[in-house]
Amino acid sequence: MTDLLKSYATVVGPAVIEQLRQLALLLQHLRVVHVNSTRLGGGVAEILEKLVPLMRELGIDTRWEIITGNPEFYHCTKAFHNGLQGKAVEIPTEWLANFEAINAVNAERLRPVLEEADIVFIHDPQPAPLLRLLPKRQGRWIWRCHIDINRPHRPIWRYLRNFVKDYDASIFSLAAFAQPLPHPQYLIPPSIDPLSEKNVDLSEAEIAEVCREFGIDRERPVILQVSRFDRFKDPVGVIQAYRLAKAYLPSLQLVLAGGSASDDPEGEAVLAEVRQAAGNDPDAHILLLPPDAHRTINALQRAADVVLQKSLREGFGLTVTEALWKGKPVIGGDTGGIRLQVIDHHTGFLVNTPEGAALRIRYLLHHSEKRREMNLKSREFVRENFLITRHLREYLALMVSLMYQAEDRIELV
Amino acid sequence: MDGVLNMGHAMLESAPLVIKDFALLAIATGKRAQNLRELRDQLLAIHADSIYYHFWGGLLHSRFEEREYNNDFAAWARRALHDKVLAERLSMVDASVHGDLEELREELVEIIEQRLDEREVLAWTQPDRQFEFIRSQAVVFRTEQRFYTPAELAGFIGQMPLGSIFYHFIDARRRNPNHLDDFRVWLASFGERYTGLKSRLAEIDPYFTSLTDLRTRLAEAFSANP
Repeated sequence: MTDLLKSYATVVGPAVIEQLRQLALLLQHLRVVHVNSTRLGGGVAEILEKLVPLMRELGIDTRWEIITGNPEFYHCTKAFHNGLQGKAVEIPTEWLANFEAINAVNAERLRPVLEEADIVFIHDPQPAPLLRLLPKRQGRWIWRCHIDINRPHRPIWRYLRNFVKDYDASIFSLAAFAQPLPHPQYLIPPSIDPLSEKNVDLSEAEIAEVCREFGIDRERPVILQVSRFDRFKDPVGVIQAYRLAKAYLPSLQLVLAGGSASDDPEGEAVLAEVRQAAGNDPDAHILLLPPDAHRTINALQRAADVVLQKSLREGFGLTVTEALWKGKPVIGGDTGGIRLQVIDHHTGFLVNTPEGAALRIRYLLHHSEKRREMNLKSREFVRENFLITRHLREYLALMVSLMYQAEDRIELV
Repeated sequence: MDGVLNMGHAMLESAPLVIKDFALLAIATGKRAQNLRELRDQLLAIHADSIYYHFWGGLLHSRFEEREYNNDFAAWARRALHDKVLAERLSMVDASVHGDLEELREELVEIIEQRLDEREVLAWTQPDRQFEFIRSQAVVFRTEQRFYTPAELAGFIGQMPLGSIFYHFIDARRRNPNHLDDFRVWLASFGERYTGLKSRLAEIDPYFTSLTDLRTRLAEAFSANP
């Protein structure tokens, strides 16, 4: 066992690593490529940053490629994202033409790698047209959707479905996101890496230093939401909830920490809305962090008493898993992948309004025993369900299933 | 599990229990039901693996509260349709007594049709509370663990991976021709020697507990063996 695998074995146990090894043995001869649209920022990039080296460590020839585009391309794909999450968006025809043209350019650039690959994972809608642009491809292609498409805006899904339907399989995080498609739709929730900078244990001194840097008083209660500045994450709703709770807890502090992703062009406008909503409140800290500020986010999550993820739509919500791993109770929007993670009264509370969030903030800050009880449950819950080793096992099993055309049972003998 | 093994000075006449590990890979079928009639119609045609998943797959998920119903159909009838009568009837369906999943499908459909006949109004649920039919692909892993006597197993079973508990105590009922778990099948190979232990294992109802609790109860049963 390599040192990297040994280090995971210390967290998840050797039996889990043995499962990975057994599955990987069947995939040693394969060339696998992951394709997405950004190497920095956002959950997909964070997952691939760890998943790809782990697959290599298991002896599978794995590459990670990104597609690149112009600003209009990212406006278009952001509109896709919003539309898939149910917003009634209209996309100009010229944006769609540009979207397809950019994909054609990327297809040419990536042609040798993608045509030779045995398995290709295409992440989200941005690179979805690549399959159609590479008719001489040899391998199996899988579309991995990280977005909450429970009730998509129909014209957007109809357009994208044309690119997705010819894939050999797709992957969604929840059954509710599955769509009528002519291929198997696997259900694989995402995961966090317990050994990453975002999740490793930190010293008290480091946590205190980060709080000092941002003027956060550790003697007073802190609530935190970490997410991109995106309207579906409802940062303004979080500020409303904070205000409602602060009327009862005057010492309360709010930290809204957002990174940016290079494929999200709306971040700046939403950040301006958030700053306006926060006004001059010295206890409301709006932090725009660089996409690689993993240790800073780690420290903020550990410093918080309660973590919020009050999304209105959410494919999964890795920040929820991160907070649970650190033993923090999470108040989450009652939507999408958050429902998999926030179990009412056990790991946190699901809420539907700023008022609901405010009520749970007050409840949790008044019941330190409940917070301690949740602390114990949450970490084990993540260990059993949402660590990268489980995620990788399911990807490998899916690859074995596709390559060996397994039926209902894969027996590793 | 064949052959006679020489373990030190003891000649053991029974084959070892070879431990395997287990995981389920969930696959959405894209089939949904928003009312009872839709549930019946989907059940008539759904892949048999989906029925298996909705009876047993839940055990492989983490749970903080005790399982009130022993299958997803009963839980949905109660929580989404608010039909207590149907939930109670569905919750008494025992998957392990059926020869195959087609028999189980028939029983479920029969109960649902009876309920459709009884009710004058068809209950609907909200779109986000629909029954989502999921099927699964099982992945069975080998392990190096082999046990030659129940006493040896008793020392290990308390730490056995939960996937192994599922495979040998739950999944086995579908694989073994007499619908018994692997432990009892193995104990039977010792003749009459472990009849008491077999009886204690038969008393363990796998439906209402978590795999962690199940493991504890199995460990207690094996440890109590004289």
